[in-house]
Amino acid sequence: MTKQQANWSPYDNNGGTCVAVAGTDYCVIAADTRMSSGYNILTRDYSKIIQLADKSVLASSGFQADVRALQKVLAAKHLQYQHQHNKQMSCPAMAQLLSNTLYYKRFFPYYAFNVLGGLDHEGKGCVFTYDAVGSYERVGYSSQGSGSTLITPFLDNQLKSPSPLLLPARDAVTPLSESEAIDLVKTCFASATERDIYTGDKLEILVLNASGLRREYMELRKD
Amino acid sequence: MFRNQYDTDVTTWSPAGRLFQVEYAMEAVKQGSAAIGLRSKSHVVLACVNKTSSELSSHQKKIFKVDDHIGVAIAGLTADGRVLSRYMRNECINYFYTYESQLPVGRLVVQLADKAQVCTQRSWKRPYGVGLLVGGLDESGAHLYYNCPSGNYFEYQAFAIGSRSQAAKTYLERKFESFMDSSRENLIKDALFALRETLQGEKLTSSVCTIAVVGIGEAFHILDQETVQELINEFEIAGEEAPVAEPAAPDQAGVAEPAAPDQAGGAEPAAAADADDDNQAAPGDQGAAPMDM
Repeated sequence: MTKQQANWSPYDNNGGTCVAVAGTDYCVIAADTRMSSGYNILTRDYSKIIQLADKSVLASSGFQADVRALQKVLAAKHLQYQHQHNKQMSCPAMAQLLSNTLYYKRFFPYYAFNVLGGLDHEGKGCVFTYDAVGSYERVGYSSQGSGSTLITPFLDNQLKSPSPLLLPARDAVTPLSESEAIDLVKTCFASATERDIYTGDKLEILVLNASGLRREYMELRKD
Repeated sequence: MFRNQYDTDVTTWSPAGRLFQVEYAMEAVKQGSAAIGLRSKSHVVLACVNKTSSELSSHQKKIFKVDDHIGVAIAGLTADGRVLSRYMRNECINYFYTYESQLPVGRLVVQLADKAQVCTQRSWKRPYGVGLLVGGLDESGAHLYYNCPSGNYFEYQAFAIGSRSQAAKTYLERKFESFMDSSRENLIKDALFALRETLQGEKLTSSVCTIAVVGIGEAFHILDQETVQELINEFEIAGEEAPVAEPAAPDQAGVAEPAAPDQAGGAEPAAAADADDDNQAAPGDQGAAPMDM
């Protein structure tokens, strides 16, 4: 007698791609706005990005219902933090909180692939990349989601430290200027859109720097 | 109130049908330093006296932000007030998580009142020894509530609690009819005047008081010391008479322009100038030597 199998899954993958790049005094966080299920498009205009605090922006691809629940939990936790400490959470603090929140559901995970971007205590850009259960690392750039396999090698080529043999291989913040970084990100998505069916429609870009938060949009291929 | 054989337990009734422990808890509120609340159609102002127990210590926090649209001023056992504020904050956060909309003030005060009532009906508990003036905004407008240790709550146009609050209440009773249509500035001004009443002649400066405002388009926040001092100076409140009838506004040296139209155009009842001396410890005593803090 074969083992009983579930005839439904609590998860769905709504596709999409997220990217973040850290600069010396800025951080760029971007994600496409397409939401899919299987071979269908549910909407062309869904934001995967949320600003959790003054200097922390979260972009998440995966199962958007879990993403939304995760965003709400983090927002509530942040409010409590503000009441207790009379200040906003820093990006590194938010990074740890996100990791703990994800691991809390280690045995029924949030199906969310997260990239957290922001400014650290010194005002430098920082990017944290996660897996679904909270393992995280600070990096200079990252990509998650359906197009990540197409984007990450390209970012490695453009941004990675050229000689990892000489120094410990740590991704430093890129020396690129803010506008160069934005162009790079736009290029990433234009390429990913060509070959990944789940990425496209529109690109939402958030730029965090000393003067605050700025939002930009770019059209992507809709096929 | 005399000590008697029915006041040991909160769950013991007196033959006259009173719960003495609850009444004693309300006494604790009267011992705390004054807190005042006023509201108009669009704003709520909370003000309180913030005196330190010694020059060496810092001020006790008496006004708490509960959410963007609700704040609370307390009088009595500050520790109890802190704990209740934490409860209120969590309730607002949880409500927003579930409904993605702000918790209406009226709902929050009922929850708070029910929580207080529990402590009046358990032998292993004691009533909260703090009175809360809850000011907030919701879809139905601006509201001010007073929550008692007894578990009762009432809505007010204006109210004062704590020590020497009667002086403030008398001032508010005279003026409250004008509050509904008051401007934000006049509301704050009236709060400062009411606060001054409780100081019984002591000089009103921003180091003795805390003011907080919430209104339509304005999240709840505590005004910083500089702003408060500027307002006190602008309204010449420190040692002056209340602005019941002041045609002679120009003789106040250095008054900023906005103050004059405020006093002329404010919704003041045209009472006689001597109507307000029942509450003045030192009428017209500008620059009187301030008491040591």
